Amino acid sequence: MGPTKEHPPATAKSDTGAPVLPRLGAVGTVRWIWRQLTSMRNALLLLLLLAVAAVPGSLFPQRPVNPSVVTQYLKDHPGYGPWLDKFQFFNVYSSVWFSAIYLLLFISLIGCVVPRARAHWKAMRSAPPRTPKRLSRLPEYGTLELPESSGISAGQAVQDAARLLRRRRYRVHVYDAGGERPSVAAERGLIREVGNLLFHVSLIGVLVCVAIGGLFGYRGQKILVEGDTFVNTLVGYDQFSPGANFNPTRLDPFAITLNKFDVTFDRSSAAHYGQPIDFTAAVTVTDKPGAEPVKRILKVNDPITVGGASFYLVGNGYAPVVTIKDGAGKTAFSGPVVSIPSDGAYTSLLVIKAPDARPSQLGFVGFFLPTALVNDQGISYASDPDPLNPRLNLNSYYGDLGLNAGQPRNVYTLDTKNLTPLNNRNLKAGGIVLAPGQSYTLPEGKGSISFDGIKRYVGIDIRHDPGQLGVLIFALAALAGLIASLFIGRHRAWVRTGTHPDGRTMVEYGLLARGENHRLAAEAAAIGRLLTKEWSAPATNTNPLAKDQ
Amino acid sequence: MPTINETFALYSERFMLLAGIAYVAALIAFAWDLVNNSKKGRTTQQQSLAYALTSQPGVTEQKIPARAGTTGRGTTEFQEAAPVLEGPEGRGERPTSQHSVQRPGLMADDSMRYGLAGPRKPARIGVSLTVLAAAIHVAAVLSRGLAAGRVPWGNMYEFCTTGALVVILVFLLVLTRRDLRFVGTFVIGLVLVMLTAASVAFWTPAGHLVPALQSYWLVIHVSIAVVSSALFTLTFALSVLQLLQSRRETSLAIDKPDSLVFLRLVPSALSLENMAYRINAIAFIGWTLTLMFGAIWAEKAWGRFWGWDTKEVWTFVIWVVYAGYLHARATRGWTGTRAAWLSIVGYLCVVFNFAIVNVFFSGLHSYAGVGS
Ligand code: HEM
Repeated sequence: MGPTKEHPPATAKSDTGAPVLPRLGAVGTVRWIWRQLTSMRNALLLLLLLAVAAVPGSLFPQRPVNPSVVTQYLKDHPGYGPWLDKFQFFNVYSSVWFSAIYLLLFISLIGCVVPRARAHWKAMRSAPPRTPKRLSRLPEYGTLELPESSGISAGQAVQDAARLLRRRRYRVHVYDAGGERPSVAAERGLIREVGNLLFHVSLIGVLVCVAIGGLFGYRGQKILVEGDTFVNTLVGYDQFSPGANFNPTRLDPFAITLNKFDVTFDRSSAAHYGQPIDFTAAVTVTDKPGAEPVKRILKVNDPITVGGASFYLVGNGYAPVVTIKDGAGKTAFSGPVVSIPSDGAYTSLLVIKAPDARPSQLGFVGFFLPTALVNDQGISYASDPDPLNPRLNLNSYYGDLGLNAGQPRNVYTLDTKNLTPLNNRNLKAGGIVLAPGQSYTLPEGKGSISFDGIKRYVGIDIRHDPGQLGVLIFALAALAGLIASLFIGRHRAWVRTGTHPDGRTMVEYGLLARGENHRLAAEAAAIGRLLTKEWSAPATNTNPLAKDQ
Repeated sequence: MPTINETFALYSERFMLLAGIAYVAALIAFAWDLVNNSKKGRTTQQQSLAYALTSQPGVTEQKIPARAGTTGRGTTEFQEAAPVLEGPEGRGERPTSQHSVQRPGLMADDSMRYGLAGPRKPARIGVSLTVLAAAIHVAAVLSRGLAAGRVPWGNMYEFCTTGALVVILVFLLVLTRRDLRFVGTFVIGLVLVMLTAASVAFWTPAGHLVPALQSYWLVIHVSIAVVSSALFTLTFALSVLQLLQSRRETSLAIDKPDSLVFLRLVPSALSLENMAYRINAIAFIGWTLTLMFGAIWAEKAWGRFWGWDTKEVWTFVIWVVYAGYLHARATRGWTGTRAAWLSIVGYLCVVFNFAIVNVFFSGLHSYAGVGS
């Protein structure tokens, strides 16, 4: 288009903030910062920054997901670990810097959307812009001439063109209808900008709904052994993380009983032998106290929703049932003990604490192996996830379990600092190995332990997220806006006519895209064809550089 | 649970190998096409430079009236008024429908349509072989699916083999509309890399899905992810060529010798950019769907739709990078080369997300354990 590439005065939304630094005092500075922030270029930089800032969260363990891994990481890297911690690299997504980037981005977004929406509102309600003086400078341009004999005047031709364009779903406006050079201005695809605005506004909606979910929702975990019942109250949870504004009286008072948990392992394929192929929990759900209990099936990928909360099957394992008698012959512990599987063969770690045992408290640490085999070094290992040859392998301790000091203790670990070992591989008494139905008498008259049977348990997550539906709705709106904005071409078309001194009616038309529009050339060709057909006029000259002739 | 059909599994492997061999043949044909044209290119360059020199005045003469848009005497009077141009309002508008000046013989036609440069026999052979290979590949993927009694995208091996097939199908689909045979070498090369990685590094016998993957969301989410990634693969190729071509254009403009003769087969940097943009726009919608469906599935499986799991982080990063790319195309000073780099970076993130994250990062992939 030659060297005279002119742009009308750039509007705030798209000003790239050329470095003109006026000395304008406080208001000027604020305005300058605002314009910087809402400039397209800085929006782009903030977007790229957001992408970069999200990456460390995948490289370092994150506290909200995996607190114990973070602790381990800090232990393993005493040098720079604390520094990383200081700069919130273990809490990336709630860190000051990550939040700052996305908040700035969203402020920029608002600063961008509001003026654009206003401008577009005006554009939609006003007529398409006046026909440019020189249509030939437009990227698409063509002319036609109608012989005097056709009897179509310049005014008539413009009316015809307007009608044709309107039928092509353009909004049209005729300028200088009675003048010497009447013209019609037409515009199509204003939905594109609406789509763009809808997309960006919906992103704000998504963010707000995520925040609502985080503030007013809750999430908790519960391990349920077969036969156990969970009632949705604060004390019922193993772990509970409420949102900042969560109100505990809003817990739906439902109850879940795990009747049976079935696991199917792959037995038909040699390559995937023993891989799980199905987890099915048969549960009984009571919506609220006094309601009719309903039997339901809970599976992975298939949560159950009760009231505003849903629960999900997220884990499972074995809970060997044991009975511990103390030195006085009294039962100090009896029931299923949840063991934590550490591999595909369910080599499961377990800890049993019997604080009621007298004269000394008793503690046990060891493994449950569903199918135990012994290797050539005499070490037992699990070879299959199904309970084909179940064994409990335990070490035992007596002494002070440290439970009375009032500190919360992890039930899955045993602090052996203040304990005296009774059984392990290195002692004369050896370790304890029990098959179901067997029992063992502890040395030094400390009592006995019996392995009574095996139950299964499931780990369930219970969650209530009041923002979730909103997130979905806004995400769908964003998607619709995005599709409109990327695939609808927006452009303007003008047709101008005039009468040549020799009596011919001269017609010229030009098209201009607004934003990306790769179909402009095709549209120009289509309009050219339409006009030609309407008047059966010979096209004297479509754009000579166009490829499609 | 249907039993695994080992016969079909075996067929699948045989077919996969055959497809690989056919792809190698196609690769050779496409490479031959490039070499062939580079040889021709050296002679045409001389001619073309000569043409450019001798016909220079003629060209300008043609151009002036064309630009003014007139041949009819009557129309000139419309253009006498001051040049008021309804401009792109400061938004970096890509001249998508402008016709850039071309140097015949030095670059392929911008429209990327067939039949403009005369027949290219090796390229035709390449396409035929690719179609053949793709047919065998379809058989391989289908028999894998039949063997396992489910969709054939449940583990790395299957992502790779099915993904490679989708790349090829997308490529062939685009070929029916536009002459993108110039990226043939690249696309086939990449598919061979994927197939090799699948059979060497990720090989897994046909098997059932673990419960966490048994969901119709696997079908929806993963298939869209694979198709979008295939589209990103194409645009990656286009963006790389765009960078090369744009360097070449600069050096040709100052009449330096043509060091990248094979780019003679490739259209101008601008039209590569526009083509990449159009495909990236579609792929971005696909990736947005991937992200949304992934979130819905995560809600079903893990009880939260977003938890910054490693896989989620990278899916998000990719989405943001391509959003940046789309912005760049509308930002003055960021179009052209910079946009191409963003498209390339986006694709590197896709590859990273697939190859590195799946293999080396731990995430929510095991369901046997209790996360306590
Ligand atoms: C949360 C961050 C943002 C994301 C994820 C995002 C994403 C996108 C995407 C994907 C597009 C292309 C689709 C379309 O044309 O509608 C787009 C276009 C656009 N965005 Fe954003 N955007 C963000 C923030 C912003 C901000 C802060 C601004 C203003 C400074 C902005 C201004 C624009 C404009 C003007 C377009 C239209 C470009 C065109 O017409 O081709 N965006 N955005």
